[in-house]
Parts: sequence; structure tokens; C-alpha cells
Amino acid sequence: MSAGTDDRASFERNTDLMAKSIDVSDLNIFYGSFLAVEGVNMTIPARSVTALIGPSGCGKSTFLRTLNRMHEVIPGARVEGKVVVDGNSLYDPTIDPVEVRRQVGMVFQRPNPFPTMSIADNVLAGLRLNNKKLKKSEAEDVVERSLKGANLWNEVKDRLGKPGMGLSGGQQQRLCIARAIAVRPQVLLMDEPCSALDPISTSAIEDLIHELRTDYTIVIVTHNMQQAARVSEDTAFFNLAGAGKPGRLIEMSPTKKIFSNPDEEATEAYISGRFG
Amino acid sequence: MTTTAPPPTTPPATPHLPLRSARLPRSAPALVAVASLAAAGVLALLLGWGIIAWAVVAGLLHLVAITVWSRAVENPRAATDRFVTSLIWMALIIAFVPLVSLLYIVVENGAGQIDGQFLTYSMRNVVGEGGGIYHSLVGTLLITLGATVISVPIGLMTSIYLVEYGARSKVAGWIRFLVDVMTGIPSIVAGLFAFALFALIFNDPGIHFGIGGSVALSLLMIPIVVRSAEEMLKLVPGDLREASYALGVPKWRTIVKVVIPTALPGIITGVTLAVSRVIGETAPLLIIAGSTDSSNFNLFGGQMSTLPVFIYYSYTQPGLNPEFAQGRAWGAALVLIVIVMLLNLLARVLGKAFAPKTGR
Ligand SMILES: Nc1ncnc2c1ncn2[C@@H]1O[C@H](COP(=O)(O)OP(=O)(O)O)[C@@H](O)[C@H]1O
Ligand SMILES: [Mg+2]
Repeated sequence: MSAGTDDRASFERNTDLMAKSIDVSDLNIFYGSFLAVEGVNMTIPARSVTALIGPSGCGKSTFLRTLNRMHEVIPGARVEGKVVVDGNSLYDPTIDPVEVRRQVGMVFQRPNPFPTMSIADNVLAGLRLNNKKLKKSEAEDVVERSLKGANLWNEVKDRLGKPGMGLSGGQQQRLCIARAIAVRPQVLLMDEPCSALDPISTSAIEDLIHELRTDYTIVIVTHNMQQAARVSEDTAFFNLAGAGKPGRLIEMSPTKKIFSNPDEEATEAYISGRFG
Repeated sequence: MTTTAPPPTTPPATPHLPLRSARLPRSAPALVAVASLAAAGVLALLLGWGIIAWAVVAGLLHLVAITVWSRAVENPRAATDRFVTSLIWMALIIAFVPLVSLLYIVVENGAGQIDGQFLTYSMRNVVGEGGGIYHSLVGTLLITLGATVISVPIGLMTSIYLVEYGARSKVAGWIRFLVDVMTGIPSIVAGLFAFALFALIFNDPGIHFGIGGSVALSLLMIPIVVRSAEEMLKLVPGDLREASYALGVPKWRTIVKVVIPTALPGIITGVTLAVSRVIGETAPLLIIAGSTDSSNFNLFGGQMSTLPVFIYYSYTQPGLNPEFAQGRAWGAALVLIVIVMLLNLLARVLGKAFAPKTGR
């Protein structure tokens, strides 16, 4: 994990939070020979929430996972095109994917706390698993700050040593958010973080997204249009031309515009529920 | 929530649904079983049958009686249910007969042998009565430990390759195939292999030492460890790996710190099963570890006695006073069984201790 090249060195973590904008150009995303998403161009602004919407299977998750190089974890998966975060082209051969993932955090659709770890250890996982030596007081600070950031502190402060799997689904998801922000990423990706949750947990997480917006660049995939309208500044609509065809970015605009007066007919149709 | 309930009205007359039907009393199967045993017992006494004929007739009587009774009182579906349930119970009992009788006979013959001297004396200079299995106990424990130390790292790393790196590659397919072939190697062949290998290496056609036995046993253990660990690693949800990668944890550290700890209880169980499988092996140890009457703590030099080999020689070559040697053989067999049972208990305790806790 040593910073071998200058490129990598410039990608080292900053201690103060530096939210970054993301520029995507001509991105084609493949699973083996299957072209899943085609020709995406977009700019995701820093310190704001960008929502990705669109029908199932149009490639929202696939696209999201290219933003922290999680896509290539799947055997045979690859991309063409450019993703630039703060002047670094993520798919440049000199860029270390592991380093990218330390700076672009991710929250998954299903809560996935580590079953062998306690609540506190789950929060510290990103640091501990990377062999970062922490003093006890530092570790306690990180745990408290991250859990407070994830709006979970009050519910779990008396049982930090208990297993993370013992929490409810909504609490587990907030624990996963705490785990993601404990490493102080610059960008936070969320793939339908509320789809497995009840309305109360959902609103807790939406509140959290509102608070995190000031420090992080957030990209969130959601199936819920009201949620997109509530939490995001900008919205990108993805669609499929047909079964077996690649997904495409249809339009990206400020959320207000998308939901009141979209440029594209297809967006209008999707949002008004005429299809999808 | 607080609306007042509507005034009670007479419930509409629902047509009577035949939800209830006659049932036999809960004790019916037990009653019938006792009655069948008694009836068959009377027949057995009158006609002078042996115990097997008695059991078979009692079983048949029970099947017929419970089915007929159920058909008369309940309904045909319940009767079929009772019939099949009884069949399954009988299969269970039949399966238990060999296990229980084996344990019974070993305990009956072996328990009397076991005392302090039996466990702490070797057979050095013992003719006839006395002596003990200390040398064989030590040999078995050391050789099995050696086999475990060789097999677990190799087996675990192979399974990690198969699950985490090879996955669907050709190489992994070949390894799986070869591991399956290895599972079927006769143990005597493993012993001959180890013997030939070390005889060649040390250019000594009469070579005997403990570690050779460990190598032979590890040939039998490795495939079991690989296969069981592979299954356990495959059970670890991909979500957890992705969660770890997404935190910027490199792959190897994800494996060491997330995947293996999550699969650890299952891996421990698999290793214990593999140990239990090889700890009673006789043939390979006969060939390469040899046999001796004295204690030998050195795995790397000299013959080493083990419990199975000790049992084998005590029974086949009991010497002048066969009853003493044979008694020792039973005692050693009991000790071997107890060791395997303790190992299984230990595996359960460890499995529990390492199991992911839900805290609920
Ligand atoms: N692991 C995978 N291997 C192959 N194809 C995949 C994989 N994951 C998703 N796909 C395909 O990529 C397309 C986009 O899927 P996805 O990104 O999951 O859509 P969304 O998140 O918008 O519902 C779909 O056609 C899907 O079948
Ligand atoms: Mg998806």
C-alpha cells in the first residue's frame, strides 16, 4: 500500500474532509462480452446529493460500482472510458483500486455488518482491517464520531461490545454507514440503502443523508421517486432501450427540473408512472 | 384506533366445517409398541425363538396394528402417516443397533482394563500380565498431531485457492478432481507411498519413524480438509467480501480477517472430522511407523507404536498368555474411542466459541 508513484501519492487520504466532484466521460461497462451500460457522460458535483433513478436492470448499480472500482471485483467485468475524481483518472493503470476504495466509500442494498465483530469493531473495521494502529482513546473517538454521524450513537452507546448482527435491519444499515464514514471517504456511494428498511428507518437514513451532504459527495441509487425528490440536488435518469440492450443515461438535471419539467419524453413517462 | 365497537350482532350462521376429526390418543404409538413387543415375546417364549426373530415379529405386528387402528379410528391419510412414521422410527432403531452394541462390547471388555498403570506404563519388559499403552497413546497423539500440522495449512490454503482465486478456472477444476481421487486412496497405499518415499530419500530400505506415519496420514487427511474447508468458505456470503473491499481492504487481508474468521467454526469441525477419520488408521502406520514396546517421543527417529497398531499386534500375536494381551487390546480400543469422542466434543465447544454471535 506504499505510495509508489506520484499519481498515487497525490491520491493519499487527506485528513480533513475534501469532498470531490466526479467526471465521467464515454463510459462503457461490460460483464464479459455483455455491454451493460453504454456511453455515460456526466458530472457529479461535490458536496451534494446526486440520485440515480431508472427501471430495474438499467444499470444503476453497475454504474455506481464503477465509481469506486468495485465493478472489477466480478470476474470478467471491465470498463472502457474515463472516470475522473479530483484530477485522478480512476482507471489509469497507475491507480491502485484499493486506494480508490478507501476514498470512495460504499453502502450496499442489504445491510452487511461483519458477523464476527462487535458494533464498535464494525465501525473500526475499515481502519483495523487496514492494520492502522489506533490508541484506545482514538478508537473510541472514531467510534463515537462515526456512530453519531450515522445517527446511531444514542441507540447503541450502551452496547458497543455487543455483536453488530444483533441490531435491527435499519440499525444495521446505519451501522454500515458509520463503518463507511469512519474511514473519512471523500465520496459516499449508496445503492438503494433503504430498500430493505421500514419507513421509520428510511426516514432516519434520509435525515442522515441531509446531514452528510455538507461534508461528502453522495451518489444514491433509489427506486423511490419521492426519496429522490426529497434528498437529492441532481437526478440522473437511466433507461434501457429494450431487453438485452445496454442501459443509457437519458438525462441528468437538477432534481426540481427532472420532476417538474424534464427535457426528455422518456423521463416524463417514467416519473409520471406511465411505464417502468 | 379508538372507534367504539359496533353493537354486537348475532354471528352469521357459518356452515359447519369438518375441521375436527377423531384422533388416536397421543400415547397410541407407544401403547402399540409395548403391546407388539409383549405379544411377540409370548410367541417367542412359546416357540423358542431367538431375539432377532422376536424383534422382527414385534416390528411387523406394530406396523400392522398401528395402521389398522388408525384406519379404523382416524382416516386413510392419517393411517399412511402412522405407517411411514413407524417405518422411519424402526430404521432409526436399526441404525442404532450396531453403534450401541459396539460401544457396549468395547466398554464391557475394555473398561476393566483401564487404570493408572494401564495409562502410564509402556510394554517394555512386560510378559504376560501388567504393562500399559502409554507408549502407543503417545505415539498416536504425536503422529496424529504431526499429520494435522502438515494437513491443515496445505488443505486450508488449497481450499482458499479453490474458492477465492481459482473459482471456475481450469486449474481449480483439475485440483478438485485430483482431491476427489485422493479421497479414494486406500490407506495402505498411502502407507506404502510414504515408506517408498522415505526409503528412497534416506536410502534405507528398513526405515521406520513417526513422521513418516504423519506424512502417510496427511495424504488421507488433506482431501477431507480441502473439501470441508472449501464448502465452509463458499458459505461465507459474497456481501461480506464486498463490504471489506469497499472499505479499501486488500483481497488477502479480506480473506485472512473477514472470510476465514467467519468460516472458522465450520473449518474446525472439518479438521476434527479429518482427525477422527485418520486417528484409527492401522495399515499405513504398520508399514512406516512400525511397532515397539517402549515409549518413543521422537517423531524423527526410531519405531513408534500407536494405538491401532498396538491393538492389532495384541490380538494377532498375543504371546504366551493371550488373555492379558487381548484384554489390553480392548482397553486400548476403548481409549481410542474415547479420544475420538473427546475430539468431537472439543470441536463443538470450539465451534460454539468461534461462531458469529447474533447477541439476540
Ligand atoms: N454480476 C453480473 N454478471 C453479469 N451481468 C450482470 C451482473 N450484475 C448485473 N448484470 C446485468 O447488468 C445489467 C444492469 O444490472 P444492474 O446494474 O444490477 O441494474 P439496476 O441496479 O439498475 O437494477 C442487467 O442486465 C444485469 O442482468
Ligand atoms: Mg440495483
